[in-house]
Amino acid sequence: MAEKSLMKGNEALAEAALRAGCKCFFGYPITPQTEIAAYLSKRMPKVGGTFLQAESEVAAINMIYGCAGSGIRCMTSSSSPGISLKTEGISYIAGADLPCVIINVQRGGPGLGGIQPSQADYWQVTHALGHGDFHALVFAPSTVQEMADTVTKAFDLADKYRMPAVILADGLLGQMMEPVAFEDVEIKMSDASNKPWAANGHGNKREHNIINSLFLQPTELEDKIKERFKRYETAKATETLAVAENCEDADIVVVAYGSTARLAKSAAEMARKSGLKVGTFRPVTLWPFPEKELNEACKNAKKVLTVEMSMGQMVDDVKLALNCRLPVEFYGRTGGVVPSPAEICNKLKEMGGIN
Amino acid sequence: MAKMTVEFDRCKGCGLCVTACPKKIVAIQQEKLNKKGYYTAACIDDDACIGCALCAMMCPDCAITVLGGEK
Amino acid sequence: MPEFKRPHALTDAYLHYCPGCTHGIVHRLVAEVIDEMGIEGDTIGVCPVGCSVMAYDYFRCDMMEASHGRSPAVATGIKRANPDKFVFTYQGDGDLAAIGTAETVHAATRGENITVIFINNTTYGMTGGQMAPTTLPGQVTQTTPYGRDTSVEGFPVKICEMLSQLDGVALAQRVTVIDPKNIRIAKEAIRKGFEFQKNKQGFSIIEVLSTCPTNWGMTPVQALDRLRSEMIPYYPLGVFKEGAVR
Repeated sequence: MAEKSLMKGNEALAEAALRAGCKCFFGYPITPQTEIAAYLSKRMPKVGGTFLQAESEVAAINMIYGCAGSGIRCMTSSSSPGISLKTEGISYIAGADLPCVIINVQRGGPGLGGIQPSQADYWQVTHALGHGDFHALVFAPSTVQEMADTVTKAFDLADKYRMPAVILADGLLGQMMEPVAFEDVEIKMSDASNKPWAANGHGNKREHNIINSLFLQPTELEDKIKERFKRYETAKATETLAVAENCEDADIVVVAYGSTARLAKSAAEMARKSGLKVGTFRPVTLWPFPEKELNEACKNAKKVLTVEMSMGQMVDDVKLALNCRLPVEFYGRTGGVVPSPAEICNKLKEMGGIN
Repeated sequence: MAKMTVEFDRCKGCGLCVTACPKKIVAIQQEKLNKKGYYTAACIDDDACIGCALCAMMCPDCAITVLGGEK
Repeated sequence: MPEFKRPHALTDAYLHYCPGCTHGIVHRLVAEVIDEMGIEGDTIGVCPVGCSVMAYDYFRCDMMEASHGRSPAVATGIKRANPDKFVFTYQGDGDLAAIGTAETVHAATRGENITVIFINNTTYGMTGGQMAPTTLPGQVTQTTPYGRDTSVEGFPVKICEMLSQLDGVALAQRVTVIDPKNIRIAKEAIRKGFEFQKNKQGFSIIEVLSTCPTNWGMTPVQALDRLRSEMIPYYPLGVFKEGAVR
């Protein structure tokens, strides 16, 4: 049995990145994720990696673009306002078919907002992470262990599909401490040996590689995008992850991700005690959204409740995934307020027609 | 013997080579347009060419090759 | 018999630049230096938004396109991941001195071991001749149709002078390509910039005063004259800082 450590979510994520061979980290301080940078600034040089605090989130994402373009595993992390700064750079990364990992430890917004947890960047990371037709893989951990596990998966799938991958966490997950076990691997920094497309010096052994997202001929650009979307289709068909619990006999299924899923699970247990048949569905990949799994979980349900720390963003995808065949209601708190299981349970009772 | 040759369809007739030639033997010929629609540079006195290659150095399009002469 | 011909590091693609645009000369000088140092296989160039956005078609080394202003950051990413490779950026006025000022200053002050080629032609060429941070007082551009008025639009920025104040800068030199003598000096400066990089001795920037005949509304030869009579007095040529930083 692998040894466990008690670690903060942010730090567990950082350690897992190293074990996945992340060689370079470029980031900028912003609450509530600065621990990722602080941890890596200490640990990374010791395992042969490079840590650099960039002058801005904009600079950081462009350093990622350069590093990823040369075929090396790399990561940046930020929180909501910083992710907004990165969006142009992320579009360039996606448009050049480059893999990388981007961490968003969400905080209250919009604008400067607050530093307490939130889930109000869902739309941004799943639907509008930058201009143009593209997607990023999006993972939503809900425990410190999952913070570590999803990072490893993110690096692997980003390389496999040549696209950026986002870990969408929130301030609660970033700051909480829980036991975590890591893969027992020797830390080995990645190289570009399996990336023949990388711009890392042709060594007079091949034609020169160009990393680029500029295609002035519309038909050429369209072809590039369509080819990229074919890869997305493969990802959608094979890479969805979700956890459904107690849904077989459930009248109401509660859909939530991240920290909110843990609160929703407690609320569902409370509701069961009051006689309501409630199940929970927790997407772990937000893109691709686990549509098949959601439909399977809701096949006997009469109603669905989506709970988020926002004004309601994932709820739209829930309705779309279900093809609007079931009534989908929403409960949420925003601005950094974390809902309590009791509040969520009250909403469930209201939906279930009991007091 | 030194010789300067201009790649006909690459030259844009910008005239920078004309300013660089110390012997003043490069000019823009006005007889024939190239396929991009430019009148191109040409050496008007091959015998006087000393192969200094200053014209080639000035050319933004690498349209000039120079053989012979001192470097 | 000695020859003058295209360097290997320059592809034989037809250059899309305007007739007489000095981009082509500078591209060739960079390629000559790469050839002479034998580093084509170990070099990655970064070209961003600007007239030279398609420089990836002109250089035979690996190339990366970058977003506007961010080349020094992209170059940093490549270099930190591949410290033994050569990384150069090739940037225009708007790219380096407007939107990219932060990235420029920080790569310089970090002493990033990269070589930055800065094309200063006092205008935004690609988008049709708008004011640049380097536009001279009184200069007419598309967005200063009455001439740059320092009380409204402020003053031009002198990049070499500014960056020479930073400890991370190994070379800050301003050159031009208006005649063969200056072309030779420019090539030596570019070579120095690559040598500092080779020896991991800090950040190099070679600012090349260049022409933009089309947007200045001049013939290529007239444009050279403007550079000589108006630009050089404002942007003096020379070395502003030279010396290994580490």
